[in-house]
Amino acid sequence: MESLLSLITGMLIAAGVYLMLERHILRILFGFILISNGVNLAILTSGRLSKTGLPIIPPGGVMPDTPYANPLSQALILTAIVIGFGVLIFCLVLAYKACQVQESADVNLMNLSEREEK
Amino acid sequence: MNSLLVLPVIIPLGGALFLCMLRKRTTAVTAVSSLTAGFGLTVGVMLISLVVKQGPQAVSLGSWPAPYGIVFAADLFSAAMVLITWVIGLGIVIYSAADLKHKPSFAHYQVLIQFLLAGVNGAFLTADLFNLYVWFEVMLIASFGLMLLDAGSIQIQGGVKYVFLNLISTLTMLLAIGLLYGATGMLNFAELHHKTPVLSPGLINILAGLFLFSFSVKSALFPLYAWLPASYHTLPSSVAALFAALLTKVGIYAVIRTFTLVFPFEGTGWQTILIAVSGLTMLTGVLGAASQFTIKKILSFHIISQVGYIIIGIALYTRLAIAGSILYLIHHIIVKANLFLIGGFLNRKFGSDHLSKMGGVYKSFPVLAVLFMIPAFSLAGFPPLSGFWSKFAVIRASIETDHYWLAATALIVSVLTIYSMLKIWNEAFWKPAPTDPVSKPVRSLSSREACLYLVPIATFALLTLIIGLAAEPFFRFADQAALQLLEPADYIQAVLGVKG
Repeated sequence: MESLLSLITGMLIAAGVYLMLERHILRILFGFILISNGVNLAILTSGRLSKTGLPIIPPGGVMPDTPYANPLSQALILTAIVIGFGVLIFCLVLAYKACQVQESADVNLMNLSEREEK
Repeated sequence: MNSLLVLPVIIPLGGALFLCMLRKRTTAVTAVSSLTAGFGLTVGVMLISLVVKQGPQAVSLGSWPAPYGIVFAADLFSAAMVLITWVIGLGIVIYSAADLKHKPSFAHYQVLIQFLLAGVNGAFLTADLFNLYVWFEVMLIASFGLMLLDAGSIQIQGGVKYVFLNLISTLTMLLAIGLLYGATGMLNFAELHHKTPVLSPGLINILAGLFLFSFSVKSALFPLYAWLPASYHTLPSSVAALFAALLTKVGIYAVIRTFTLVFPFEGTGWQTILIAVSGLTMLTGVLGAASQFTIKKILSFHIISQVGYIIIGIALYTRLAIAGSILYLIHHIIVKANLFLIGGFLNRKFGSDHLSKMGGVYKSFPVLAVLFMIPAFSLAGFPPLSGFWSKFAVIRASIETDHYWLAATALIVSVLTIYSMLKIWNEAFWKPAPTDPVSKPVRSLSSREACLYLVPIATFALLTLIIGLAAEPFFRFADQAALQLLEPADYIQAVLGVKG
């Protein structure tokens, strides 16, 4: 299972990098989404996968009854997903604004800020 | 529980929430924002005196004992960075009361400045890698907001580059954190210090490389700095000064912290690479600056070249070199912020940022000329100003470790720095004022506004003078901080010994 997920992670990141090399601003954003999902999967996998119970302690106990899955990596991903989602929405709006200003989605043309000022 | 460690983050967060409620009341917003920064500065002073007296401090949050809970810790280096952040924060908030007053979203600027300060302080104080990522994001998202408030088309296009390249860097950092967690099962700095040396060298090299890549984008090292000169010059002056002073420095702080504490650095291939990178960063940055003709663009490129100097210290990894870098960081934050503030004042006066539209400031406003000379010559490294001592330490460290090429590059770069500073001096201060008035109408400057502009500029110039003239106590402090970084036993004990 770990090797399958590692493979999927690799494919997601490879596809993401490929998309990021495009000039269309939306494709770059799609690349960002794929890479960020790949990274989240990598964290999940590196927390080890196992067929175990929930890390919930029964009332009055000090340890879960059954062997339990690593909850920390899931907490990390949850944080990363929330942050990634917020940032993604921001990026979509930014990309929309940038396209409006440029009247094109080609990032190669978006060089107003680097032109020589007269 | 030592609440002093948490306050530098809590204060700006509280201040920002309060500011959200004030919205349109400009005077109240300014007052609350300055008050918040004033509190922050007080806490910063208290924190540093505590750390100097009692050694590294730590506090664990949510009553989880270390290494499982999130721990905030401060050694001399962290405490100094927090203090300097608040010095800059207070200065910028006062300056922005004049500089940003006419912007439609003045209150939002103040809210985001406070959030940014919270993120920066959190990054300086945390002792947990994932928490460092979270503070990086807080800082980054606040900076996205500051970059795109009231944005025109140029600002939006600069913003696209800034946002996308920085996101790639944070994703890389997140990936590296995930993999390091998979390898060690820990994310606490102090615990990682014991765990990473037993990992296989190949794995360490890959992880260190991923972290280094991510932090290099943040701190604008060669060849990953393209986002900086594309975006910083589009910002309003006070925001540009804030970014220039703090954002790249958080990246450098992260490099220093992780490579002294988490990864063994000496003898790995990364050290050789970082030494080469520091030289190239200095050189390419200053050449970029020499080719530009607007104040903000010149200063933006200078950030890159100065970051190169700071990185020399960590790349050489000797006590003198790291002390030099810490002194350089502190000096550079003040000087760079000040130059951007002066640039902003000139911009306001002439209605343009382009050097050809300026002139005659020496004649019409000699005080400003003196105030410009202090940071400009300090940046270039003239004795007895602060830049001289920090450059001296770094260059001496590179000669002591037989890196003569690095020392030579550093000296050449400082000559080129003088060249571009003289360009600003000749054009804006020395040559006669342009005869044709600028087409854009310039709002007249009331004396109250001029005061708000000049008080932070004069204070920062004074600080530069103090660091330069009384260099010894500052250098001794940097030396102690470097020692704590190289022999982190006290820091580790403070972090791991913290009670839940």
